[in-house]
Amino acid sequence: MTGIHIKLQEKFGAAVREIHNQHGDETAVADRSAFLTIVQFVRNNHNIDCDMLTDITAVDGLSLKWKPRFEVIYHFYSTKKNHRLRLKVKVDEQDPVVPSLAAEWGVANWLEREVWDMFGIRFEGHPDLRRILMYEQFSGHPLRKDYPYSKRQPLIGPKN
Amino acid sequence: MEMMNEMGEAGFSTTKLDQAIGWARKFSIFQYPFVTACCGMEYMATACSHYDVDRFGAGLPRFSPRQSDVLFVVGTISHKIAPVLKRIYDQMADPKWVVAFGVCTCTGGFYDNYATVQGIDTIIPVDVYIPGCPPRPENVLDGLMKLQDKIQRQKQEV
Repeated sequence: MTGIHIKLQEKFGAAVREIHNQHGDETAVADRSAFLTIVQFVRNNHNIDCDMLTDITAVDGLSLKWKPRFEVIYHFYSTKKNHRLRLKVKVDEQDPVVPSLAAEWGVANWLEREVWDMFGIRFEGHPDLRRILMYEQFSGHPLRKDYPYSKRQPLIGPKN
Repeated sequence: MEMMNEMGEAGFSTTKLDQAIGWARKFSIFQYPFVTACCGMEYMATACSHYDVDRFGAGLPRFSPRQSDVLFVVGTISHKIAPVLKRIYDQMADPKWVVAFGVCTCTGGFYDNYATVQGIDTIIPVDVYIPGCPPRPENVLDGLMKLQDKIQRQKQEV
């Protein structure tokens, strides 16, 4: 099925802030307050039926002067209908919080921990939001654009 | 082998203790492969029958640091794994040597970033550096022979 993003906007109105479709990649930008409702609709509606969460990632728009600064990106896939949907949520630097999907998808647990580790975006309702790639002693979030390029935090050996 | 050539008709040879021990040690390299990344594939290619490190007496990897002589650090070392590497090195009994296999272990390679140790010689002493991304098996064998050379020449602690 094509046109999922259009369908979402028809259903949710202003809660879907914008939609676009580049080369068949259908994308909808969801409002944070309606995000969980939209995700549940995407999962349970029998025409959309996206039963698989492929990936969660984020983009830091600091150097592009984005307002709000971060975009959290979710990739959904339907194994039964063989189509994909990309859902984005924009969050601000002052309040980088998104509802967690860990209860709905087990895979979201680790993916959200990775986004927390790399970008410092918190997931409300996550059962165990710890770092997953970096070590506990690490401070900061290395994929944020304001993380200093040459900053090293070695556990042993010379500090720079 | 110089020791064999010196054997005359009498069937004995003279040598120095250091040289004799060095000869024995350089042909019984028990390695500990500390493999973390893609260089491991090249390490395996070198170890297997096509290139066959057993010709150099290095054909028996030990997966316990207590039983090994040479630590082969093969692949990118991140800051997170660095304390483990140091601990493995500390657990090895003397005499011991370290080979930095691949450019990531030598200098950090192109991983000039927050996660990667910029050369394992910032953590443990290194005897032979084998650069390359990954190094060709010939390159590895060259490094192995340089290590043998080093073992042969050094003062042997008994």
